[in-house]
Amino acid sequence: MTEPLVVLKGVNKHFGDLHVLQDINLSIGKGEVVVVIGPSGSGKSTLCRTINRLETFETGSITIDGVPLPEEGKELAKLRADVGMVFQSFNLFAHKTILDNVTLGPIKARKIPRAEAEKRAMELLERVGVAHQAEKFPAQLSGGQQQRVAIARSLAMDPKVMLFDEPTSALDPEMITEVLDVMVALAKEGMTMVVVTHEMGFARKAANRVVFMADGQIVEENTPEGFFTAPKSDRAKDFLGKILTH
Amino acid sequence: MGNGLTISTLLSAFGSTVLLAALSAIGALVLGTVVAVLRVSPVRVLQLLGTWYVNVFRNTPLTLLMVSSILGATFILGINLDPTSIKGNAFRWAVVMLSVYHGAFVCEALRSGVNTIPDGQAEAARSMGLTFGQSMQHVLLPQAFRGAIAPLGSVLIALIKNTTVAAVIGVSEAANLMQVTIENEGSGLSIFLVFALGFVILTLPLGLWLTSLSRRLAVKR
Repeated sequence: MTEPLVVLKGVNKHFGDLHVLQDINLSIGKGEVVVVIGPSGSGKSTLCRTINRLETFETGSITIDGVPLPEEGKELAKLRADVGMVFQSFNLFAHKTILDNVTLGPIKARKIPRAEAEKRAMELLERVGVAHQAEKFPAQLSGGQQQRVAIARSLAMDPKVMLFDEPTSALDPEMITEVLDVMVALAKEGMTMVVVTHEMGFARKAANRVVFMADGQIVEENTPEGFFTAPKSDRAKDFLGKILTH
Repeated sequence: MGNGLTISTLLSAFGSTVLLAALSAIGALVLGTVVAVLRVSPVRVLQLLGTWYVNVFRNTPLTLLMVSSILGATFILGINLDPTSIKGNAFRWAVVMLSVYHGAFVCEALRSGVNTIPDGQAEAARSMGLTFGQSMQHVLLPQAFRGAIAPLGSVLIALIKNTTVAAVIGVSEAANLMQVTIENEGSGLSIFLVFALGFVILTLPLGLWLTSLSRRLAVKR
């Protein structure tokens, strides 16, 4: 593995009585693409959200590029700017145009002049194939288009790592491919990515590693090929049996 | 005086009502926004401060606030907002009290606006590295205002009608003129109707305009 970029050590988190993250240890190298997979309620989304502290954790440590996650405040905001996040429900700013969605972060958090931010935003929108929609509002776009804009919005911050929290789960089937194509291209360019998803096609095509979670624990880590063809744990066999049979 | 109601005295009294309402509306909007930000901030002490403000001022009769501004603040504490004139002092205190009182309602209207915004909007703002203040200014408040135009409109209309309470401290607005007229002329249905009509003219078009505005500016999701 290359030099580690995101390192989780002994991370624990509870939601009330539920122990959602149990002693999680995970190291993600620069340029690595890690797919996190597992049954619902296994803690995979929580893990993803904990990496940029949208969820707090109780014990353990998370470092990004050697820097531990700060508590709330300006320092945390600065660190989050380096971590892109793409959500299941897109979360584009509903009152802003597509272009303004992409330029808001660079202008406000990075203090980049508007003209420069807009030029870069248009390049990114071009790249994800929605440049011609730049003046529209999010509600006027299809789900697939919105999610591609959300990816462009994250990319505009030049993040060191990008987190994807079930990016295709809210999409109609025919729109999934257009979003996955953008993600595969990103992976090929060497972006460090943590992707929570059930898309095995994507895992096989672009991931370096599959992390299988169940009941708040990392049960198994393997190459995509190894994991899908010969899972080691019973839990993983059971899970794959359920999702592969139909 | 004593020659009954003239158009010019009527217009000047309602002019005073409008000025009082306009200044207080600005004050209430600013104060209410600040308090709403306190209430949704992640800092516990600030949240409590905001809650305390709303609970105190939303549950205090406006008449009591008005009277205490003169009898309490001006006479006992000596806080005179316009030492050159008694009328000026009363007018300024009326603006302060109307702002403070309606600020509590503006805060709650805005907070209901914030509640119409899906959680994901704030999460997206935070995760791209915006600070709390920046998320508020660029993502949450613009959507909250647009989602709260209708309840904010109700607050504004209530404020316009509540300016009549300022008559108790001698601000010469419409209700004050009505009292004076009744004292000089005796009460008659026509006098009430004239003043009632004045307030209808002030508030009815405003209400219709705000309703259409709230439809036009609604954030599409």
